[in-house]
Amino acid sequence: MFDWNDASSLLGLLNYWVAIVLMMAGFYTVIAQHNLIKKVVGLNIFQVAVFVFYISMGKVSGGSAPILKDGIELYSNPLPHVLILTAIVVGVATTALALALVVRINHSFGTIEEDEIQTIEHDEEDIA
Amino acid sequence: MTATAFWLVRLRNLFAVIMLSGIYSLFAAALYLVMDAVDVAFTEAAVGAGISTVLMLGTLSMTTDQEKVHKKVSPFALILVLATGGVLIYGTMDMPRYGDINAPINQHVANRYLEKSAHEVGPPNVVTSVLASYRGYDTLGETAVVFTAAVGVLVIIGRTQNKNMPGSTRARRRREDELDEPVKPEDGARKNEEASSS
Repeated sequence: MFDWNDASSLLGLLNYWVAIVLMMAGFYTVIAQHNLIKKVVGLNIFQVAVFVFYISMGKVSGGSAPILKDGIELYSNPLPHVLILTAIVVGVATTALALALVVRINHSFGTIEEDEIQTIEHDEEDIA
Repeated sequence: MTATAFWLVRLRNLFAVIMLSGIYSLFAAALYLVMDAVDVAFTEAAVGAGISTVLMLGTLSMTTDQEKVHKKVSPFALILVLATGGVLIYGTMDMPRYGDINAPINQHVANRYLEKSAHEVGPPNVVTSVLASYRGYDTLGETAVVFTAAVGVLVIIGRTQNKNMPGSTRARRRREDELDEPVKPEDGARKNEEASSS
């Protein structure tokens, strides 16, 4: 078995790297894609990456889930779990709000592509 | 899971994107379970994979399910993302290793929760005790956020039902421009779809 606690080993950092790669995938989606729904999905990817980061920090090797029971000595850290539980629910609330905005934008502009929306707005400024 | 994320970024069909994001959430839930976060795992499975997917499908039914094709990859965005990722990875070099019991995060208030919550609050599930009791105000704030979001969604979507608002005429004018002929607003969307599919 690998020794996760070995300070010289970079393998123990793998969990952070996975979170960072996921986070960057979400980040790229948000800044480079033009479709608004895709941007919201990218935001979700980013969000889950942060969750994975937190939960992986709270893990204690050899520990069990933080539900108290006789005979179990070592538990994982419950605090990140609580924070992320709150964050997941808030995340869905903000996603719902973002999607409502997308629906509204589609209704007003007839498109959910960012560059098309900018063209329309630019044209209207020219007319006005 | 990472593969799912990259696939998501590349896909054009928005319906497939949403299905994949549900799968992504489910993978995340499995990962939480492996890392002992059972409460988080089933919240993610129910809320992240369930409700989010339903919300996005609802949005899709009100908009369109095909993304316009953009051939060019933005080099600026790619460089920015790679640079940020590199800096973050450099930042992890000083982080405590995975599962380390001596990491700072495992040294402070968490131990107190684990030792005393059974006497002070009651339930054997420490996550429940912390959520409802020690950090009760957080949960109250969360409820406020969810309520605000619900009100916001109702305000935004509710106005869409109003036919006389200025935005809808703008969309109609655009459809007329594309078709070079004046159409009734309810026909416009359908003709647009036909035009794009042919």
